Amino acid sequence: MKSQRLKFYQTGTFTVGNRLLSDEMRSVQATVDRNNSLNSGHRACQGCGEALGARYAVDAVMRATNGQAIAVNATGCLEVFSTPFPESSWRLAWLHSLFGNAPAVAAGVSAAMRVRGKKVTVIGQGGDGGTVDIGFGCLSGMFERNDDVLYICYDNEAYMNTGVQRSGSTPPTAITATTQGVGEHPGQEFGGGKNAPRIAMAHGIPYVATASVADLRDLEEKVTTAVGIRGARYIHIHVPCPLGWGSDPALTIQIARAAVQSGLFPLYEARHGRLVKATKIRRKVPVTDYLQPQKRFAHLFGKTPNVAAIDRIQAIADANIEDYGLLDSHEDPPISLQI
Amino acid sequence: MSTFMPGRKQVEGSHAVAEAIALSRPQVISCYPITPQTHIVEGLSAMVKSGALSPCEFMNVESEFAALSALIGASAAGARTYTATSSQGLLFMAEAVYNASGLGLPIVMTIGNRAIGAPINIWNDHSDSMALRDSGWIQLHAESNQEALDLHIQAFKLAEQLSCPVMVCMDGFILTHAYEEVDMPSQEQVDAFLPPFVPQQVLDPSDPITIGAMVGPDAYMEVRYLLHHKHLQAVEVIENLRKEFKRHFGRDSGGLVSSYRADDAETLVLAMGSINGTIREAVDEMRDEGHRIGSVKLCSYRPFPLEALREALKGAKRVIILEKNLATGLGGILASNTRMALRGLNTPVNTIIAGLGGRPIPKKSVVRAFRQIETGEVEEPHFLDMNWPAIHEAINNRGLVKRRESEAQRVLRSVSGVEVAKPVR
Ligand SMILES: Cc1ncc(C[n+]2csc(CCOP(=O)(O)OP(=O)(O)O)c2C)c(N)n1
Ligand code: SF4
Ligand SMILES: [Mg+2]
Repeated sequence: MKSQRLKFYQTGTFTVGNRLLSDEMRSVQATVDRNNSLNSGHRACQGCGEALGARYAVDAVMRATNGQAIAVNATGCLEVFSTPFPESSWRLAWLHSLFGNAPAVAAGVSAAMRVRGKKVTVIGQGGDGGTVDIGFGCLSGMFERNDDVLYICYDNEAYMNTGVQRSGSTPPTAITATTQGVGEHPGQEFGGGKNAPRIAMAHGIPYVATASVADLRDLEEKVTTAVGIRGARYIHIHVPCPLGWGSDPALTIQIARAAVQSGLFPLYEARHGRLVKATKIRRKVPVTDYLQPQKRFAHLFGKTPNVAAIDRIQAIADANIEDYGLLDSHEDPPISLQI
Repeated sequence: MSTFMPGRKQVEGSHAVAEAIALSRPQVISCYPITPQTHIVEGLSAMVKSGALSPCEFMNVESEFAALSALIGASAAGARTYTATSSQGLLFMAEAVYNASGLGLPIVMTIGNRAIGAPINIWNDHSDSMALRDSGWIQLHAESNQEALDLHIQAFKLAEQLSCPVMVCMDGFILTHAYEEVDMPSQEQVDAFLPPFVPQQVLDPSDPITIGAMVGPDAYMEVRYLLHHKHLQAVEVIENLRKEFKRHFGRDSGGLVSSYRADDAETLVLAMGSINGTIREAVDEMRDEGHRIGSVKLCSYRPFPLEALREALKGAKRVIILEKNLATGLGGILASNTRMALRGLNTPVNTIIAGLGGRPIPKKSVVRAFRQIETGEVEEPHFLDMNWPAIHEAINNRGLVKRRESEAQRVLRSVSGVEVAKPVR
């Protein structure tokens, strides 16, 4: 993979000015001929991480495929806010069928393209609920058959479209409409949830990556890499949801970055089930930097902070740092790191 | 060039259908195994693997829900698509069944009709396709393997003409597993009848459209009406296809309804599927005894041909519906629908619920029931060959036997003649 070690700190956000990069490394969004695949005018909330992630991801797909792409969307916020009939924000061929079948529908589109002799990239996309819960059977089947589909999960850690209920991706202690902030253990219990990208890796598919709207350049690059590979590919993108997380819309990027920089959401790539790259943490932050700006975790920080719970979350972040070798002082992760 | 052998031959129903599907040149097939439809897709899978059916993608998916979902994608992307299922499989894909018709995708699906559990049962009745009767799919019922084969070829043309999905229903085991002689058309004949698929809407990167947008109260009713309208149109298209098919293949197959010895009949029996053969024999026997009885076969259950059916039945003094399903607490579903076709006519309609879960429907039982209905001695609905002692025993024991045994097991024991356990208190 093309890479260039750059450390520019002038903006305080690790932003790298495009003009400092070679042409092919420049952001898709920085070009005037970007596709605007998810065009303006849609009805996402202010500061919606999912809208941002999708815009970057699908535009990157469109650039990498020279516009020869078709998207299949699961039911969820992304589908609802983008296509209130008769309007549509999508500037590419786009199909929505159901909540739990996007991977299978995408696999079918891909089969049709193959039999009709068309070279078209097919992407599937959905929220965490549509991906790791109700669509998981279809996703696993698509992986197992190694269907020629790039599937992108926009993980905002709950069923947002139906009013913020818990999903299999909701983190411990998070309050949702079905894991209320009451009782002995307020919010989501520890020990639940599933690690979808690791499960994707366990299928041995050609490409798995995690990405975040905190690092849109990295996101674009991973999408571009994935488009260049045939077979089943999976990208899991962490996308804050101001409405569901109870966070300031202006802080979407900052919160996403805190998830990455604390180690709670490690960024990595895997090929054929083996980890090949993990992005180092630039400046480690405590998990409280991530938790505190979100109302869903407010119960941890009351008059008597729930130190035990915060420590357990910190331990999860620390374990990730250890497992993926996220700090500079660590060796690169052993190439055989597998679940 | 055809890889298949046209002409008359003795084959299993499933293989006859598989060959007819192959002759229809599907481009994407996906499937999931369930008895009794499995032999069809196994046959197609072998044809794709050997290259006899090409170009075609065969997808072995992880569930029926995925099978139909994959076809939704493939059909929207411009491919001719096919799958088959039965019973639990059809219910498992139910959400996608409605979705396919809502999106107007001309998918063709065989239903090897089978009962639904619990209690789990693999044998034939019509509960499965009936459960999805208002899903917006066209539902055609085959009487014989020849008709099943022919209906599949018609189904692609019908589906694609209307941009509406079609189920071809064939009785599980009775047809799917029966070896019968069929006349297999040639590839050239099928090609002349069935042109390549030209989708009415398609996912195409060079002309991008949004398919499957959210529709609110302002337009949803109109969208549903348009699907209703397709079914109203289908009534005409189905009859036209019957004529066109006859011109091409020289056989009468499909259509809305077909009558048998009905002209001067006082009693007309209406039924769907393979049981029509038995009914015609019963009609012949009773005609010989001087009964003025005839029968009407319903091929197109959805669209439900109100006018054609009324026309076919209106001369009768009484109508008997023999059907293989049960709307619990109500009676027969086909009977309810037929009463709508006969509204205003005051024709008495009797229902015979028969053959649930594969219970054989012998001619002598059928004749007995017809005679009893003619003399007015039966309850409505009439359950053909029901073991009433077993039912009464089960009802009497209800609430007494609390553990260890389900009601189904109890009935089975009592039917099999083994002593029923003493009530446990
Ligand atoms: C079979 C089915 N069950 C439930 C729903 C209701 N539903 C629609 S969207 C949604 C939540 C979507 O959550 P997620 O996939 O995480 O996407 P998000 O809205 O959070 O982006 C639910 C539960 C549905 N449409 N279909
Ligand atoms: S609820 Fe969350 S995911 Fe949905 S549009 Fe609003 S911010 Fe985006
Ligand atoms: Mg979500």
